[in-house]
Amino acid sequence: MAEKTPLVTDLMQVNLIFRTIVDLVAEKSKVLDLGCGDGTLLSLLIRYKQCTGTGIEIDEKAIYQCVAKGLAVSHGNIDTGLADYSSKRFDYVILSETIQQVMNPREVILESLRIGKKIVVVIPNFCHISARLQLFFRGRVPVTKELPFQWYDTPNLSFLSLKDFRAFCRQEKIKIIEARGISTNHRIFVMPNLFAKVGLFVLEK
Amino acid sequence: MEQNPVDYVETQYFTFAEPPNELVLKSGVKIGPVTLAYETTGKLNAAKSNAILILHALTGDAHVTGFHPGSTKPGWWDNMVGPGKAFDTDKYFIICSNVLGSCKGSTGPASINPNTGKPYGLAFPVISIRDMVVAQRQLIDHLGIDQLLCVAGGSMGGFQALKWSVLYPERVRSSIVIAAGVRHSAQQIAFNVVARQAIMSDPDWNGGDYYGKTIPARGLALARMMGHITYMSDKSMQEKFGRKLISKERLGYDFSLDFEVENYLKYRGDSFVQRFDANSWLYLSKALDYFDLTAEDDLVKVFETVQSSFLVIAFTSDWLYPPYQTKEIVKALKTNDVDVSFIEIQSDYGHDAFLVEVEGQAQIISHFLNRMQGDSARG
Repeated sequence: MAEKTPLVTDLMQVNLIFRTIVDLVAEKSKVLDLGCGDGTLLSLLIRYKQCTGTGIEIDEKAIYQCVAKGLAVSHGNIDTGLADYSSKRFDYVILSETIQQVMNPREVILESLRIGKKIVVVIPNFCHISARLQLFFRGRVPVTKELPFQWYDTPNLSFLSLKDFRAFCRQEKIKIIEARGISTNHRIFVMPNLFAKVGLFVLEK
Repeated sequence: MEQNPVDYVETQYFTFAEPPNELVLKSGVKIGPVTLAYETTGKLNAAKSNAILILHALTGDAHVTGFHPGSTKPGWWDNMVGPGKAFDTDKYFIICSNVLGSCKGSTGPASINPNTGKPYGLAFPVISIRDMVVAQRQLIDHLGIDQLLCVAGGSMGGFQALKWSVLYPERVRSSIVIAAGVRHSAQQIAFNVVARQAIMSDPDWNGGDYYGKTIPARGLALARMMGHITYMSDKSMQEKFGRKLISKERLGYDFSLDFEVENYLKYRGDSFVQRFDANSWLYLSKALDYFDLTAEDDLVKVFETVQSSFLVIAFTSDWLYPPYQTKEIVKALKTNDVDVSFIEIQSDYGHDAFLVEVEGQAQIISHFLNRMQGDSARG
């Protein structure tokens, strides 16, 4: 039988991104985690914020891990899987480092805003200083700890910075309620588009 | 597999719907008495909250796990049902009954018609998936179980699990639907039509009246061969047989058996006629063809009243009940805000995957059942 998987991860053992999301999500919310991976974030939200929720994940192996954690999740593609849900069904829809891997990010974000009252989007910052330096001095497309993929073998389809994302929100008239720049384990307050490795946004429309 | 006499399972029989209280079928026709053959393994707890009803596919039977006394052949889902297995008989009380219309101990066309004292044959009424479920509910009542922890099945068993959840929402805590859809499609009906024609065009079929005479073995074998093709996949056939020849160096240039796949299908067909009744195949395949959850309403409406949590499983290479059809179930459940988990398991085994892809299914099912049992204990 399957090996024992710990049912919930300790909050202090997870990265600052997940801790920040757990912090920002209101108690007893209903959440949908798009690209929920092995279900760590969902189980944290259930444990620490008494949330209810579900997730969608494209990787079969991750689905087994989710179900082992006692989660109800769906195996599938989020580019096509959101039409099943009625409007404002969830308090939060979470896109944690997912959006750069979908075919139609604009559609997915707008659909998430339709089915969720608020959405949390975490994006990797492709314009972090280390990426910029590689691009400038080495003349190579950056490969960093946070963006470890070679161009020929990457799940990432879209490349954006925190500034690009803000511009997108302006263009689509999406309200940014909360924005955080995060480096490995601390928050970036100064020049996040240069120093933050990821950007975390809470949005509503 | 080691046999322990203590673990022997024996088939039991439950008879109900004695006239004048016959079972009213979906068609309006009445039938009675009705006998269901069933087997149970594991212990029903004091709260009667750990019962799982396993629902078999077209040619299955009540013998889902363990051994019959004196037999070395385990039940048809023995790799999934048993102590420490996905459907853990140390924790759950497992019930499996042979469906109405079958020939494995439950009332079907080969049973004696009380009105004539002879086998029913074609006098047996056409039955539906709903009728199978209604009969099973009588058995569950008889066993004194108010709510099943789970109804679970693949293929035709999946259709029954769906029907249970819709027909008796308050009786089902959770449903596991494997390799199934919400209706029989034109292609699925087409496969069944050819299989039925194979049986009915065998002169030995004799309008269904062949009991005590020569059975329509050729027709039934052909039907089974046809079925087997749809249960496998292009890839699994290629891997298993390729173009390998059967005990010959080169093509025979005659119509004797050339290819291994020919031999395999023939063997499958021939061995099947020893263990299955041709008329039962006709009736059960008809029940499948009549199955359409959306016959009266759209699926979202149909699922409005379900109360169970769902685990839905599909297999990538299943071309008999392809994953896109299984996903229809998930979609409509989600629209209704039902607690549903879905997985499409990567497999090359085609429709047969639900019987042979043990590891992935076992993992997901055991964890799902853990959660269901935990919730019941709390709730």
